[in-house]
Amino acid sequence: MMRKSLRDIPGKRKKGDGIDSGSTLRRISPLLTVACLLLLWQWISARELISPILVPPPSAVFQAFIDALADGTLLKHAAVTLEEMFYGLLLGVGIGLVIGYAIAKAPLLENILSPIIVAFQSTPIVAYAPLLVIWFGSGIASKIVTTAVIVFFPTLVNTIVGIRGVSPNLRDMMRSLKAGRWQTFRHLEAPSALPVILAGLKTSTTLAVIGAVVGEFVSQGSGLGYLVTLARNLYDTPLVVVAVLTMTAISLTLYGLVAYVEWRFLAWQRRPRP
Amino acid sequence: MRLSLRELSVSFPDPEGGAAPALGPISFDVADDQFVCVVGPSGCGKSTLIRVLGGLLPATSGEARCDDELISRPPSQFAIMFQDANLMPWRTVLDNIALPLEIAGVPRAQRYEMVRSLLPQLRLEDFEQLYPAELSGGMAQRAALGRVIVQQPRVLLLDEPFGALDALTREKLSLELLRLRQRYMQTIIMVTHDIGEAVLLADRVLVISRRPGRLVEDIAIALPRPRKPEMKYHRDFIQLSKRVREGIEDINA
Repeated sequence: MMRKSLRDIPGKRKKGDGIDSGSTLRRISPLLTVACLLLLWQWISARELISPILVPPPSAVFQAFIDALADGTLLKHAAVTLEEMFYGLLLGVGIGLVIGYAIAKAPLLENILSPIIVAFQSTPIVAYAPLLVIWFGSGIASKIVTTAVIVFFPTLVNTIVGIRGVSPNLRDMMRSLKAGRWQTFRHLEAPSALPVILAGLKTSTTLAVIGAVVGEFVSQGSGLGYLVTLARNLYDTPLVVVAVLTMTAISLTLYGLVAYVEWRFLAWQRRPRP
Repeated sequence: MRLSLRELSVSFPDPEGGAAPALGPISFDVADDQFVCVVGPSGCGKSTLIRVLGGLLPATSGEARCDDELISRPPSQFAIMFQDANLMPWRTVLDNIALPLEIAGVPRAQRYEMVRSLLPQLRLEDFEQLYPAELSGGMAQRAALGRVIVQQPRVLLLDEPFGALDALTREKLSLELLRLRQRYMQTIIMVTHDIGEAVLLADRVLVISRRPGRLVEDIAIALPRPRKPEMKYHRDFIQLSKRVREGIEDINA
């Protein structure tokens, strides 16, 4: 087929022609950064430049990790945080998508809602999280709400931008094809806004951890945020580090998941220009 | 299908709160099966005319009818092609051309079959799995043409469909349009700023004045069909092109 011959045009990138080795270096360079930081950390601890109570050596952190894993503490608290994040994301992203779409379609709605939304967004969540605990109790509900509130905004803004960015010419074309509301949404608005919405979702997932942990700080009980407070009170610095790094891992994994969805569903964006 | 415009005019609101006339009043009729080209200076409301006929824009006063039916929203059996190919970047060539069928509810297997039977005539049979970003301008415009033909419209509205292409590709595509027209469509109204293109393709050329566009010349093109590029050097062709040009120059004088 023609596809093949298009790919074989001289001057196009091919495997093993030197460009790839460059991109391999680029791909592993984040890992190199992490490795260097670990080495630096080990070196500081080994020479006891800083007290081990302040900065525990990697070995102590690893031991704390193994212990917390073995007695089930880590998984128990991580599962709680994950659950809060999951429902928080579902709620916040869901509401963000719906209100974002409505605002994009009806500019009047933006005038009505923007004072509330902007006020919510510009008030630090840490400040009003206690209020949320008073309203929603000290159980999982208040943490879901703090997460939802924090992930709502990026989703909202990106949905508005994405839907408003739909090409007016394509809208005209859909109208001339007698497409209904649902068809216009499904065939034009949704796929056209998807790249921007997914970019917003990437931001939202990383914020979700913050939302859940802020909730856990404010109302104690369980979760990785609670584990941090608990370990700090016991001067168990290695466990604090373990809990923090677990949050990082969760956040990175979710981010990677969205990045994968992006890669998978936006394949058309990677197509080469002729 | 017959079209008739009666004292049609369109104006747009201007910043001062008034109305800026963009087109007309203009009146003309298009007979069934006729190929009409509309030429005029840029900004004379040609695109506005196409949008009104396509039911995408309401007339400010007067009316446009199709077979005595008032055009107030996109009529069935009408298809529009714009200056940009206007393809959806997330759809392959095949899926872009199949879009109108998908919206009309034609099942997948059937719509792919219909599109694939059309692809060789558009010279796109080897490119059906490509995305718009991978296409040249001419290929993209051929895909857009395919998306129009697949609708089997009785009336085709073309808004400078080949305006963004180089002269040779443009001539090739417009002759392909004529060839495809013999098989698939009937009435065509095409806006262009290329006099040669208008005379080569049309049964009739309408010259529109500067904004707000009014009809200043209505020239019948009695050249034999099928039209061929060599006709451009024929005496009659040159005569007709000259008349169109003079019509446009009168406006500018």
